[in-house]
Parts: sequence; C-alpha cells; structure tokens
Amino acid sequence: MRPFTYTKPHTVAAAVRAVADGGSGTRFMAGGTTLYDLMKLNVEMPTTVVDLTGLRDLATFDTSGSQELMFGALAPMSDVAADPRLVRDYPALSESLWRAASQQLRNMATLGGNLLQRTRCAYFRGGEPYACNKRTPGSGCAAIGGLDRGHAVLGGSTSCIAVYPGDWSVALVAFDAQVDTLSPRGERTIPLESLHREPGDTPHIETTLAPDELIVRIRVPATPLGRASTYHKIRDRESYAFALASAAVALHMDGETVREARVALGGVATRPWRARSAERALVGRSLNAATARAAGDEAFVDARAGRDNGFKIELGARTVADALMIAKGRIRA
Amino acid sequence: MHDLDQDVQASVLSVAVEGRDVEGSVTLGVTVNGRVRRLTIDPRTSLLDALRDHLGLTGAKKGCDHGQCGACTVHLDGRRVVSCLTMAVQANGRAVRTIEGLAGVDGGLHPMQQAFIDHDAMQCGYCTPGQIMAAVACVREGHAASASEIREYMSGNLCRCGAYVGIVAAVQDAAPRMRED
Repeated sequence: MRPFTYTKPHTVAAAVRAVADGGSGTRFMAGGTTLYDLMKLNVEMPTTVVDLTGLRDLATFDTSGSQELMFGALAPMSDVAADPRLVRDYPALSESLWRAASQQLRNMATLGGNLLQRTRCAYFRGGEPYACNKRTPGSGCAAIGGLDRGHAVLGGSTSCIAVYPGDWSVALVAFDAQVDTLSPRGERTIPLESLHREPGDTPHIETTLAPDELIVRIRVPATPLGRASTYHKIRDRESYAFALASAAVALHMDGETVREARVALGGVATRPWRARSAERALVGRSLNAATARAAGDEAFVDARAGRDNGFKIELGARTVADALMIAKGRIRA
Repeated sequence: MHDLDQDVQASVLSVAVEGRDVEGSVTLGVTVNGRVRRLTIDPRTSLLDALRDHLGLTGAKKGCDHGQCGACTVHLDGRRVVSCLTMAVQANGRAVRTIEGLAGVDGGLHPMQQAFIDHDAMQCGYCTPGQIMAAVACVREGHAASASEIREYMSGNLCRCGAYVGIVAAVQDAAPRMRED
C-alpha cells in the first residue's frame, strides 16, 4: 500500500473542501470496504484520504415521508436493511441490502459508498500481468476472450465487460431514485440512472460525478409499487456472494392485469440496468408464468455472450420471471 | 472523542522529500477490551494489524486480509466488523472488543465459547475466534431465531474445515443462555 495523508473533517463543507484542495490523488473514504481493500491491492493509490465517518449529519435516514424516502449517504447498510417500514413497504430495497455482503461488512459499509463500489473483475483486482483498461487505460482487456464467466452480457464494449457488482443501486434504479451531491460548485441532483456510465472507450471513468463531488443523500419517490416488490438474487452459493444474475421488480396490478411494472437487472450488466422493454412488455397483460418469462426474454434481447458467460442470458431471463411471480405474490387486496 | 480526533489530525505528518513520500504516523486512543490503549502507528495500519502486531492480541486471525473470510471479526462499539478492512485510525476514540475480552473477569468462558466446545464447532480452530465474535453479535442482533437465519447471518465467516453443522448448533444452544456478557 502506498503512503497517504489521513484527515478526518467534521463538517460536510470541510470534507468537500479537503478533496478539492488536496489535488487529484485525494479520495473520500466512508466505510472503506471497497477503497481500503483496493488500496491493499494497489488498484487505488490515493495520496490523501478524507475520512467521512465523522459526518454524523449524513448518517441518518427517514422512511416515514409521504412524498419520498430519504437516505443519508453515510447510513450503514445493516441499519437501513432492518428498517421495519422499508421491510414492509419496499421489500426490494431492504432485500437488496441484506442480500449483499455479510453482516460485518454491512455494519461498516455506507449507502453512498455502496453506490460507488467498484467491479469485482479479477483482472481489474489482480493487475499485472493481466491487461485492464479500467485499471490502466489503454492496456487492453484480459476478460474479453478470457475467464469471463462472471462478466457482463449487457452494456459491455470492446474495452471492458466488467460487471457493476452492487445490488442497492439496482433496486434504486427500479424506483427512480435521485442522488443529491455537494461539490465546491454547489449542490446538484442527479437521477440515479445517470450516475453510472457504460464503459465505452473510457472504462476507468465509472460515474458522472466530479472527483471532488460528494454524494450526500439518496432520495426515493414514495410509491405504492414498493409493497409488491422484490430483489431476487441468484448466486453461486446461497449467501455472501455477488450476483450471477439479479432482478429488482415492482408491480402495480389491477386484478390479473399489470398496470405498471419496474424491472432492473444486476450481475449481468456494466451498470445498474433498467429494463424498460421488459416493463413495456408487461403493461396491460395478464401476469402469469408465460408472460413473466416473455418479459425476462425481452430484458435480454440485446445481450451478447462471451466465452463462458452465455448462461447468464437464460439465467437472467428466468431470474426476472421468478422475481415477477414473487412480487405478484406480495400484492395485497 | 472529539479531542482524540483533533489529536489525530494534529499528529498527521506527510512530507515529500526529493519526490519520495515519507509517511508520518498517527497517534490514537482506542479502548480495547475495556482498557484505553494509545498507539502511534502508520496510517496504513489495519485495525487487525494494530491488534495483533502492536497490542499483542493475536486472537483475531488474518485469513484473507480482504474482508472475505471473517476470521478477523471483532466488535467495534458493540457491532461486528471485519478488522482487516477497518483502518486503525477509524477506531480512534471507539471501543473494540476481541475474543480475548469475551471471557468473564473470573476467567469463566462466555456461553458462546462453552457452546463451541460442547458442540465440537471447530476442527483446526483458525476461524473460531472470528466465528465466536460473529456469533455473539448474531444473537445480540436478534438474528438467531432459527437455523436458517443463523446460517444467513453467519455467512460472512468461512470455515474451510466445514464445521458449520456444529457452529449452527452451538449458536442455537448459546443464544438462550446469553444474558449481559
């Protein structure tokens, strides 16, 4: 690990100022479960670390609002996952948190930091002698044509097919969440769907945030769709693993007919992936095993298989179909 | 806590000398198993390394050093964390409890420790301190109501000997016998 200067500001303004003043090697650190891990691998080599854990104002969350849910960027994943209102009214959001990582990591990791979790691509984490455009721009991509079983079938480019590993972002994108940020240029609000970028020719640029821009809160519009929702996550083992395929689904139905549907995919794409074509395929239809499966297939129409990850197309479609039936089962009369 | 934070900031040194970074050290105060300990360390130091190499508390184990195995699990302000991904400076002004601090002052074993012995919940024992610290937290969180819930909430602790059946039995056994510990 490279040496760095450590600083712990006590106000949000001071934290933003510290990063802006610190130059290009300065990084925010919240729970540290991604950044400190990658520093041990010399993937991340900050010269200054600005520890955010003293910013108590950002550690709160409020799920009682009639207009929107508010989550401070430093709220721990474990506390939010266990929130009784979230469990009851937005099970997809709660499940996306408790089905991620372990309780130890969820006690450390924060909601804002989780949005920015970096890929688990082994070539990215492992480094030399393997090429990685995300780690060393222009070096190539060892995953394309390599050991790509875990890699993306949606949103990849000729430069990078690394999967976006998070779950919480996938559930949030299904609920039209927004992210409030603060930088020396002031506050702004970004739709969560615009936060993450597809790799294109610049896979090392993963978000639309400026380097000195801090996520301060996440807001989710209140919706009755939350109750009939689920985050369905398929893994190599039943717990404590990243998704091979996952689906965040929410439904509004009138009898057997779908009035509105939300479908987002995880584990299969280079960014949190909203599957609007699958949503359109469901509206006005009766929801049953056949129409659920058709919606799943629709979500993967543009998918492209590599060497070993083609199974994700079938698995992903089935994951969407199963998630839809789980969500349907949660509709209360 | 606030004073200690200021101590840390005041003691951070980082000087560039002829293009080479000479890292400074940070001074922090951590309450470990009820006793205040002051440490002067490189800011890169993990809480795990601080416990093992600076304080001589080798109960927490270094398995993967990347938050994947749970062998380094300790309690930070009463909540379980992996100490390998916790920077020691982030424990400044906070309370850490390790396996060494679990037994009673009279040396009597914690109910969870006794249950691990009674149920043969280990083979090589390397993961055991982390398993026990995670298990105590699992019960306190209210996540030990059933075998399946224990399996889910203990999934962050790997046991490559495969003692999982005994571990789940030990947690189920100890849960009702845990009071204030």
